[in-house]
Amino acid sequence: MSGGTAIALALFLPLAGAFGIVLVGRWPNLREGVTLVTAVALFLIVGSLYGPVTEGVRPALALLSVAPGLPLVFEVEPLGMLFGLIASFLWIVNSVYSIGYMRAKQEHNQTRFYACFAIAISSALGVAFAGNMFTLFIFYEVLTLSTYPLVTHAGTPAALKGGRTYLGILLFTSIGLQLVALVGTWAVAGTTDFADGGILAGTASDLVLSALLLLYVFGIGKAALMPFHRWLPAAMVAPTPVSALLHAVAVVKAGVFTVLKVALYVFGLDLVRTLAAGEFLTYVAAATILLASLIAMRQDNLKRRLAYSTVSQLSYIVVGAMMANGVAVMGAGLHLLMHAFGKITLFFCAGAIDAAHKTKEISKMRGIGRAMPFTMAAFFVASMSIIGLPLAGGMWSKWYLGLGSLESHHYVVLAALLISSLLNIAYLLPIPVRAFFASDEERAVWGPGIKEAPWLCVGALGFTALASVALFFFPGPFYRLLSLIPGLGS
Amino acid sequence: MIAQFVSQHLPALQVVVPLIAAPVCVLLRRPTLSWLFALIVTWICFAMSIALLIRLESAGTIVYEMGGWPAPWGIEYRIGMTSAIVLVIVSGIGSVVMPYAKASVAAEIDPARHYLFYTCYLLCLCGLLGVVATGDAFNLFVFLEISSLSSYVLIGLGRDRRALTAAFQYLVMGTIGATSIVIGIGLLYLVTGSLNMADIAARLPEPGTNRTVLVAFAFLGLGAALKLALFPLHVWLPAAYTHAPSAVTAFLAATATKVGVYILLRFIFTVFGATFAFTTMPLDAMLLALAVAAMFVASAIAIFQNNVKRMLAYSSVAQIGYMVLGIGIATQAGVAAGLIHLFNHALMKGGLFMAIGCVFLRTGSVRLESMSGIARTMPWTMAAFVLGGLSLIGVPLTVGFISKLYLIRASFEAGLWPFGVLVVLSSLLAVAYIWRVVETAYFREPTAEAARATEAPLSMLLPTWVLIGACVYFGIDAELTVDTAFRAAAALMQANP
Amino acid sequence: MDFEIHPGLYNYAVVVMLMMAGLYIVITRGNLVKKIVGLNVFQASVFVLYITMGKIIGGTAPILEDGFKVYSNPLPHVLILTAIVVGVATTALGLALVVRIREAYGTIEEDEIQRQDESR
Repeated sequence: MSGGTAIALALFLPLAGAFGIVLVGRWPNLREGVTLVTAVALFLIVGSLYGPVTEGVRPALALLSVAPGLPLVFEVEPLGMLFGLIASFLWIVNSVYSIGYMRAKQEHNQTRFYACFAIAISSALGVAFAGNMFTLFIFYEVLTLSTYPLVTHAGTPAALKGGRTYLGILLFTSIGLQLVALVGTWAVAGTTDFADGGILAGTASDLVLSALLLLYVFGIGKAALMPFHRWLPAAMVAPTPVSALLHAVAVVKAGVFTVLKVALYVFGLDLVRTLAAGEFLTYVAAATILLASLIAMRQDNLKRRLAYSTVSQLSYIVVGAMMANGVAVMGAGLHLLMHAFGKITLFFCAGAIDAAHKTKEISKMRGIGRAMPFTMAAFFVASMSIIGLPLAGGMWSKWYLGLGSLESHHYVVLAALLISSLLNIAYLLPIPVRAFFASDEERAVWGPGIKEAPWLCVGALGFTALASVALFFFPGPFYRLLSLIPGLGS
Repeated sequence: MIAQFVSQHLPALQVVVPLIAAPVCVLLRRPTLSWLFALIVTWICFAMSIALLIRLESAGTIVYEMGGWPAPWGIEYRIGMTSAIVLVIVSGIGSVVMPYAKASVAAEIDPARHYLFYTCYLLCLCGLLGVVATGDAFNLFVFLEISSLSSYVLIGLGRDRRALTAAFQYLVMGTIGATSIVIGIGLLYLVTGSLNMADIAARLPEPGTNRTVLVAFAFLGLGAALKLALFPLHVWLPAAYTHAPSAVTAFLAATATKVGVYILLRFIFTVFGATFAFTTMPLDAMLLALAVAAMFVASAIAIFQNNVKRMLAYSSVAQIGYMVLGIGIATQAGVAAGLIHLFNHALMKGGLFMAIGCVFLRTGSVRLESMSGIARTMPWTMAAFVLGGLSLIGVPLTVGFISKLYLIRASFEAGLWPFGVLVVLSSLLAVAYIWRVVETAYFREPTAEAARATEAPLSMLLPTWVLIGACVYFGIDAELTVDTAFRAAAALMQANP
Repeated sequence: MDFEIHPGLYNYAVVVMLMMAGLYIVITRGNLVKKIVGLNVFQASVFVLYITMGKIIGGTAPILEDGFKVYSNPLPHVLILTAIVVGVATTALGLALVVRIREAYGTIEEDEIQRQDESR
């Protein structure tokens, strides 16, 4: 299979899957079968690109030309490869989890749910493989719109309100800021194609380029840089599998992935380093890391706490991209991977607790370890990864980010990273600790014996937790993949 | 023999066929018969406009001397790139609305008056096509009045009595606008002694030396602004579009104001010339200011409407702002962006008004509250509405996105970047008003009427989806529109520098 | 401007006055029939404008005949015939609408109509 065919299939297959899901929507078992088969096939197709990419080939596909000078093109480079692998692999895991969760909760409109999910994955892959900023922007918008029905899935006034915030902020930033940046790039550089070392260097004054960088980074609302982060907690009204895959992996990672792409291939790291806006954004991101962690500490709703934690963790990646040295960007790229596995596990756990015991508040979770030992153990492992402690993959990304901040003498950022890790400990670790080490009365609430979520859910979250640990021992392939990007690594 | 005759007289036939067909409708009388006849005529018109566009590719500007009298004595039809595009838009929308009209008109208009509806429809089509095809200034006025008078009647046919007052208001303002245009044409004649637009352009004295020319310019600008509903001369439009029968609204919204924009373009570029309009006179600054006001004020008003048709009408006023903004940028890219949006907006607004007409057919209301939960009973109609709405917002893969892209780029290239930013900001207002409808239709519990409603008949659904489908198609493959618009803009800029 | 020096401008002054008077009536009167009358006055000003521009002092109708050397320009006069026809059509349509409005509302006063629409 040639690279171009694989790209086309990767984009098309989830859409075909969505169509199939709608067709067989009346028979739930068949429908979930379609989802799983599509997901596995998709991962195999995306995986088939891995070999060529590690050999330095960049498979490409030119679809059509929307308007003169604005073609829809795709090109798989190492970073996109990584994001594509993450999204397509976790879709499988998440589908397994969804089946358990959605059935346990007896949710309505499940066909619409699975179909929209498949479309969202297709657009996430479109973002991952986009060969120019124009293509990326198109899929970025499709991703926003296709996830809207998932966010408002419940159809309640609260869900609608959350959906309005979600759509409002994401459309405002993308159309109001990012589109302007896109057209600005097109106007000054004459193209929007991604290229190693960027396309903007020397095309306009530093002032204009700084303005463009600001428009891009704030305009990529999915990266949830403050003050445009509020959509993420608002989106937590969605069913948990949605929060897990979309708001810990596909949607938010599409955001920070876009930031990395812009830094690497539109501006080029050298240019970002010299721009005043880059420096400014580094501090905005550092501030977001700390502020979001502080807000997370005050949330009692578990999903909201995780959402603010995500806001904070996303800014690690933005910080890495804006410091724009090889080591920091390497850290940012790895964090894309490590955070995905850690955070999806945490969300899975939150969903499992809700599905098994209808509990959403952290204050009511004391002693729950007795009823859900596997879930809470996974929660503990994933927390370690998010915090960046050894034996979990999250350590590597923070390590490189820290090294990167030293290399470019951003000591403030280093301090922020350290303080944030402490805050992470403070808001994450007490949850599993109190679940296991609680007084007898608190444990008695949960009744005798083990009452876990459906085994499909537990299996999924156990798997991702183990994967987080595995990533600590074997980060090598991913490091080597990212090293293929010119200028990355030490 | 016949083929040769048709081919030779194509520019004239384009206008004459609907003109002659209109009274035939009166003779046919029977509703179905007159509908069928009108349908065939509109399709013939569409075919002819396409044929003209194709011929334009090979032959360049088509010049036709009416009755064999050479210009400047005789009336000349002159079809260039811009006019060919507008001809295709007008006749295309005309032919798509016609199949839709049957069921819609049957529900909204007394059967005894159906043949009169089709007569006026054809007359209106003839007038709009005539305005675009002619190269003679006074002839333009005559056709403008043919289209205006027939559209007053069409609007007055609405079932609600407020349609009558809306038609009256439009009649008063439209007549003031048309009369201003005659005054302007008369003053130009006074200076140049000619009515042929190309001839007038050649005979006009050096810019800035003749005060009569300035006054003529002002009157023509005012007249065109009234006709195209440029803010703040738009007050006739919301009422007229709200209360007119659904088919009429869809047709007029997609064509009438577009022809108004065409008149403005025609006078600015081919008669007065860009230098006079933008350097001697500060027209560009005026257009930019009014366009921005339209974009924001009209969109803001649209957010607070509970009548969805009125909401879309205010949105039209805002969208006209985008077209005028393109012209006001006064570069080739700007004018091209305006033309691109002219084409794109015709598709999306036509489709949106048709979708809302389907809802009206089934529920008898276009108020927001009566559309609660309607998406459950009319999924195809509402899906069309959502796609059209996304296009209005300017979401990628729809035509609205292409329009915005080129408008922003044109403003950047011209060094007017604040206007590019204003374009995107104002399009965010569209999110607000479109999403009110989407939320109501998809997430509210259905009202009794909405629950009883069934999907619209295929004869209405299909034309709606033709336009919405075109919205998506030309949003993905915009090479043709963009290329044609840029060539048309180049021709306009060179016409009379 | 000094009208004694430019007697030809007298007509144009009339045109401007008629135009403004007509426009004033259209804007200020609430009675729909009066609005139509105002519209007519407004249009009439244009007729005068066109007729004036074609007229030459001492000129006659453009018929070739011995002894006549100066002709008025017939074209504007013909044009304005068309414009008059359009004006008549507009007036007729406007009055027809007024009749229908009276049937529907029982009044032809604008403010009264507005009140009825709002109270519904």
